[in-house]
Amino acid sequence: MSAIGELSTMTRRKGPMTKEEKKANGRDNKAAYIFLLPWLIGLLAITVGPMMMSLYLSFTDYNLLQPPEWVGLDNFVRMFGDARLHNSLGVTFTYVLVGVPLQLAVALIIALVLDKGLRGLPFYRSIFYLPSLLGGSVAVAILWKQIFGTTGLVNQVLAMVGIEGPGWISDPNTALGSIILLHVWTFGSPMIIFLAGLRQIPTMYYEAAEVDGATTLQKFWRITLPMLSPIIFFNLVLQIIGSFQSFTQAFIVSGGNGGPSDSTMFFTLYLYQKGFGQFDMGYASAMAWFLLVIIGAFTAINFIASKYWVFYDD
Amino acid sequence: MTKLQTLPAASSDDAKAGKSGKGPRRRESRGSLAFSRSARIKGLVKHAILIIVGGVMIYPLLWMVVSSLRPNDLIFREPGLWLENLEMSNYTDGWSALTHPFGHYMVNSAIVVLGSILGNLISCSMAAYAFARLQFTGKKIFFGIMLLTIMLPFHVVIVPQYILFSQIGWVNTFWPLIVPKLLATDAFFVFLMVQFIRGIPKDLDEAARIDGAGHPRIFLRVILPLMVPALATTTIFTFIWTWNDFFGALIYLTDPDMFTVPVALRAFVDSQSATSWGSLFAMSIVSLLPVFLVFLFGQRFLIKGIATTGIK
Repeated sequence: MSAIGELSTMTRRKGPMTKEEKKANGRDNKAAYIFLLPWLIGLLAITVGPMMMSLYLSFTDYNLLQPPEWVGLDNFVRMFGDARLHNSLGVTFTYVLVGVPLQLAVALIIALVLDKGLRGLPFYRSIFYLPSLLGGSVAVAILWKQIFGTTGLVNQVLAMVGIEGPGWISDPNTALGSIILLHVWTFGSPMIIFLAGLRQIPTMYYEAAEVDGATTLQKFWRITLPMLSPIIFFNLVLQIIGSFQSFTQAFIVSGGNGGPSDSTMFFTLYLYQKGFGQFDMGYASAMAWFLLVIIGAFTAINFIASKYWVFYDD
Repeated sequence: MTKLQTLPAASSDDAKAGKSGKGPRRRESRGSLAFSRSARIKGLVKHAILIIVGGVMIYPLLWMVVSSLRPNDLIFREPGLWLENLEMSNYTDGWSALTHPFGHYMVNSAIVVLGSILGNLISCSMAAYAFARLQFTGKKIFFGIMLLTIMLPFHVVIVPQYILFSQIGWVNTFWPLIVPKLLATDAFFVFLMVQFIRGIPKDLDEAARIDGAGHPRIFLRVILPLMVPALATTTIFTFIWTWNDFFGALIYLTDPDMFTVPVALRAFVDSQSATSWGSLFAMSIVSLLPVFLVFLFGQRFLIKGIATTGIK
């Protein structure tokens, strides 16, 4: 930092403000709010306003045509007795609790294999990263629908070794598994974050461990994992929040109905059907707030639990 | 594909890691001859693992490309990648299978994508400048709120947003998909840019300030030109996410004239029940092509963007 820079930060911090500085500060305020204006309008009109509105709607019966009618806690009571909603929660929880750890484990393993200054790293990294860019698209969901269909690619390959596979996406027992696999397939972006994190672990730790005769496994458990834990945590939080909201894949693979027999009826899919299929906007709003509470709870648990396993170097 | 290996940024951070001695490469280069032999075997095993995993991952995509160039019935009985002759009919059939030629939907998508990119670049960089460089009352609170909105599920606001936009008469227009970007609702990019601006030396602002430049000038003449990499990352991510966006388009665009590519593909799936997978595949590939090209040419920005926002 230059002397001028330092001087200006010093005068800003020390002593009472002179008149001129106050004026400068005031100008900052004005400029800041002008720069923030688009964001502030967005925050109010597109985010906070609608949030409050949907909170209100969740206590009403509203179908877009008649004005909203206050029904108190009716929507929430209805949710208690809605078996399809309970099922959709189960489907979503399974997806999140199986898909996220599986995806992160694969991402971490591949990142570890890639990290050791391997030849052709950029090439491998590109190959592994590509699916995570394409995975959210309708096109890949269509591909998945074919691959895991009764006469799809998977069963064609299985037939070559004499196995007759089930219709993966038409069988309620395996349909969700196929979609979880699609999630695991997109491990590329957490992998990139892991790779960057692995780079930041100082080599001296490994060198010291080597002098002490540590095995590869010990080095992994005692150095790599603790040093990487903040990044594992970050990935975990983001992936859980994101996975609770997945929609496109289940929608396309199941043809929009969450079938077979509701086995891929994600919570978001059910919310969409209620809100934009049946225009039961009050109920959909209540569901949306319920989803927010669930995601918030998961994130909070994550943060609390992180005190016990996430290690910060400084 | 080998072109990717020579991308400057991708290889330069490897070099950096090696030079500073922080890279793992140094760890491996130590040891006796016997050790290096076992290291070589280890290396081979690793390459084997990576090639197998990578192959399995990429195979479905390759197979989709090949299948789109085959007669329709082969899709259900030919798992291999051998092509006897190029069958372009899937592409010509698929292109005109819906109400409009497929190009129509791509143009629609392109309009939404361009609008979104422009919106994000302008609004997010402005907000980021304020958060990174200006002192103002409520800064901490607003910054906290901004971070929280990154994690806010879309579903909590979608119903009232829909009501709002339908009351202004914006359903079946592109506005509901573009206007939120003009208002910096993709807070992720605000954060990304704040991180980037914080890395730009403040001396530059101060120098400009002493020369009498106000905030708009400093922003436009000093900060903006220096944050081109962050703008590039934003452009590329916005492109890919908007191009792939299905949920927003599904809700707001119900008129086939206004369909973007994802909803057009969905209409295609629904209309053709398993009879013309070939043309469905063909159009899927057409729809993935722009994303793939952006990935090819912009992946260093993508990787940097993920890595930096992921770590700090």
